[in-house]
This record gives sequence, C-alpha cells and structure tokens, in this order.
Amino acid sequence: MNPYLPHTPEDVRAMLDRIGVPDVEALFEDIPAEVQRRNRPLGLPSHDDLAVHQHLVGLAERSTGRELVPFLGGGLYDHFIPSVVGHVLSRSEFYTAYTPYQPEVSQGTLSWMFEYQTMICELTGMEVANASMYDGASALAEAVLMASRATGGRIVLVPRSLNPRLRDVVSTYAWGAGLTLRDVPCSEGGQLSLETIPDGTCALIVQQPNAFGIVEDLAGLKDRLGKAFLIASANPISLALIEPPGSFGADVVVGEGQPLGNPLAFGGPLLGFFATRMDHLRRMPGRVSGQTQDVDGKTGYVMAFQTREQHIRREGATSNICTNSALCALAATVYLAALGPDGLRQVALLSFERAHALAERITALPGYDLAFSGPFFHEFVVRCDAPEAAVERLRRAGIAVVPPDFLHPLGIRDGFLVAVTEKRTETELERFVAALEGR
Amino acid sequence: MIPRELNYTKDHEWVRLEGDRAVVGITHHAQKQLGDIVFVDLPLVGKKVQRGDQIASVESVKAVGEVFAPLSGEVVEVNASLAGSPDLVNKDPQGQGWLFALRLSSPAETGDLLNAAAYEAFAGSGG
Repeated sequence: MNPYLPHTPEDVRAMLDRIGVPDVEALFEDIPAEVQRRNRPLGLPSHDDLAVHQHLVGLAERSTGRELVPFLGGGLYDHFIPSVVGHVLSRSEFYTAYTPYQPEVSQGTLSWMFEYQTMICELTGMEVANASMYDGASALAEAVLMASRATGGRIVLVPRSLNPRLRDVVSTYAWGAGLTLRDVPCSEGGQLSLETIPDGTCALIVQQPNAFGIVEDLAGLKDRLGKAFLIASANPISLALIEPPGSFGADVVVGEGQPLGNPLAFGGPLLGFFATRMDHLRRMPGRVSGQTQDVDGKTGYVMAFQTREQHIRREGATSNICTNSALCALAATVYLAALGPDGLRQVALLSFERAHALAERITALPGYDLAFSGPFFHEFVVRCDAPEAAVERLRRAGIAVVPPDFLHPLGIRDGFLVAVTEKRTETELERFVAALEGR
Repeated sequence: MIPRELNYTKDHEWVRLEGDRAVVGITHHAQKQLGDIVFVDLPLVGKKVQRGDQIASVESVKAVGEVFAPLSGEVVEVNASLAGSPDLVNKDPQGQGWLFALRLSSPAETGDLLNAAAYEAFAGSGG
C-alpha cells in the first residue's frame, strides 16, 4: 500500500457504493475529455527515498555551486538567526502559516501579532502597525494607494535612489490605479534632492537607507509636502541606529522585514511591515490584532477592523491583499524579543563597523572608489572600470555580491553593490579585498 | 422619523434641496440597520460624481454601508464633525449627522427622488 494513500481498494469500493458511483473516474466526468487526456503519467523514474534525496541534493549543488559567502544586499540581508527562532516557529500551535479566519479562537496567534505590531511601532516611531503584508515591495505599493485615497492626488514622487525592484512593483500598482510616477533626482552624495512638488502629488517615497546604501536626510521633507504623504521604506535593522522616519513626520513607514530573523532563502518568502499614524488607521490595508478585555475583565485579543476586508466588502475592500506573512512575522517577533533593543543595536552597529572597515580597504586599492560621498549604513556602491570582471573574480574566490546589472536601471554602469552584516568575519573581509586585488 | 421636508432614495438616503445645492445623509432606518457607527469615509471636496456613483461609506461595528450619490454634481462641503464623532450619524442622522453637500449639475434629476410618503411606503414594505 502506498504510504500516502491510506485507502485500501475495499475502502474505495465501499465509498463509491455508498454514493452510488461506479468508479473513481466517474467522479471526474465533468472535466472535459480533452483536459483529461493531458492527465497522463509523467513517466518519471522511480527510486527509493534515499536515492531521490541524493539526486535532489546533487541538483541543488549544481544550482548553487560551492557554498558562496554572501555579501549580498539590494533589499535582503544575511543576518544571524538565533536558533530559538526556528524552534518557536516549528511549534505546531504556530506552524500553520495562514491568517486565521475565525481568529478569536486563536488567542496565541493574536497575542503574538499584537506584540509584533507593537515592536514595529517602536522600531519605526509610528502609532499603529498592521499584522504584516506579503513583502516590502507590496507594502510600499499599498502605501502609495493609501496616500492617493487619502489625499486625492495622483502623482507619486519616486527618487532615482529607490531600489529598482521596489520601483517596478510600485509602477505596476500605479498603472492599475491610474497614478503617475515622477522622478526625483539624486545628488552627488547619493541622496534624493527634492526640487518642485507638483500640484496633485499624493506622496513622496523615500527609501532609508536608499538603494545605494546611503542614509537619506528626512529633515524638513514632511513640511514641504504638506498634506501629501511622506512614505518611508526602511531597513528595520538600520532603525536601531538611525533616527526612525516616524520622528520626521512620516505618514507611513513600510519595509522588508526579512532581515529580522528570516533567511535569504533565494529571495522568499518575505515579510512586509506597514505602520502609520492613528489619523490614517481606517485607511490602512491589512489586518490588525487588537487588545481588549472580556466580560470578566481578563485580557484578550480580537481581529480588529475586519469590516473593511475583502471577505466582507468584496470589491469595496481597502485592499485586496488582507492576508499576511504570519510565519515570517512570527520569526521577526521572536528575533526581536530574543535580541531586545540592545541586541538589535549591536547587530546594527557591528554591520555598520564591518561595512565601513571593508569600504576603507577597498578604496585603498588602486582603481576602486566609492560611488557616493554620502553617509552609508551597511551597504555601499563600489565604483570601478570593469565591475563584471571584479564580480567574477569575487565569485571565483567564493564570494557572492549582487550582479552589477542590478544598478543599471539607476544609471550606474561602473559599479557594484556590497552589503556587510555582523556575520562577515575578518577572514572573509580579507578574502574579499585579496580577490579584488587579484592576489 | 421621516420628515416631510426631506426627499429620499431607495438606498435609504435623504436629500435636503437648497437651491442648486443638496445636503445628503443616511436615513434613521439606515443607521438603525447598521448599528453603532465607528467611522465615516467621506469624499474629498471638489470630487465630481454621477448619480449612482459610490461616494462615501459608513462603517459600523458589524458592517460597512456604501453611500451612493443620489444626484449628479460636485462635492462642495463635507461634515467635518464626523471625523471625531461618527456616532452623530446614529444620534441625529437627519440633522447633525449629515454627510456631504453637492452642487447639482443635473437639477432635473431631483424629480426622481421619493417624497416622504413614498419613502415611508418603500421602507415599510421591507425595501
């Protein structure tokens, strides 16, 4: 008997007789014959469990080559994940990743969601956060839609220093919603330089730190925008070191939560966080866990503001993405709880120091320079004549960086991006410099 | 509960005509059906609407009621008090709980509104 199909032929016969159907095929009669013809055996080879495992490991090795040391950035970062994160995630109470549709029976889920929201508010300097979204890119696009709903404006100001992947997603959403994107130029230092604000602007997007790794100066932006939204897309780890966008009057702070306790995992699953001000609460997409008291005065949690969601409002919903990345958000919650504010600050500080140490050594090499003079956090653009050749030398030395063509949409063809986290050792930094030098 | 001087729609909205302006709200019957109102999403002043367009929504603890433009025109005023006190729609739906005012672009449409007697018959028949 197949271990995954527990029914014996007698079981199947008994079930078919009970419902009065001659055979299993008869259950699929209403599927057109032409479609059914495609449902044929795939002719895959059949092997035992161990052989299949070895075969798949072999395939995976062909994809990854030998283990490369990641100096990868561009939005996702390789931070250490304490083992308690995986342990809590794998508990059966939490391992169902989907958002609960009868939420109040899941008090444990609602209570960690409430903790997650609270932590995101503290990190971003905002007043209310939702229970998470798919990823940082869709959270940013939803923030843009929210700004347009709230202000009536249809122009979105997008800096040249925005991650091209984020820009692509915002541009797709904007096309559907009939919004126009306008470029905001970039200074020599690599920071956005806001000139005029056209009539009908609903939002300015600021990435913090930006796609070049440079820390943007948010001071005074909100005053100039007036009722138009200041939307910040922030790296959550950086917020342990730099002043959060909430302190500069941001209306919405979103970001990619992957660096908080989630692995690179070839780019997903990811975690979008979304925080705003109480004034905008009712226009915020997504779900919110709320703390309340039951009839006996005991603390309990509820799924608040469901009335605006798609399973109740259909096409009138605030957003048609009301689900969340619950398991990834739980990983972020456990990660933040395990590290605490001081631990997170230490992660940020170590990443900052190692990135600056590497940048210093790279710029000491002839032919290598930093592309921008502005302050950076843990990621920077190295300028050189032949970036593809440099990246290939790194790869041969067992080091991975984001391919240089990532920067092409931003107008940079003579550079590549390097990110350094607390995980990178002195030996790895040395190997990086040696590879560039051609030693 | 159904004042004579107002006009009505089958969407349970009331309309007070003031020259080329119309003040709009939801009826006593509508607020009672919705229950405790916690948020009113109002249009932006200057928005131009056609009769029947969805223009606002009224959110209660259990549902969200959509409000449709009873007449074509431009939004010239919204009830700012509702931002802080959405419960005015429960307490005084046909007075302080008004939603918005339109400047009419097709005044002839007013002929299609229901008078109090017609609305009373409609609401009473379970409409």
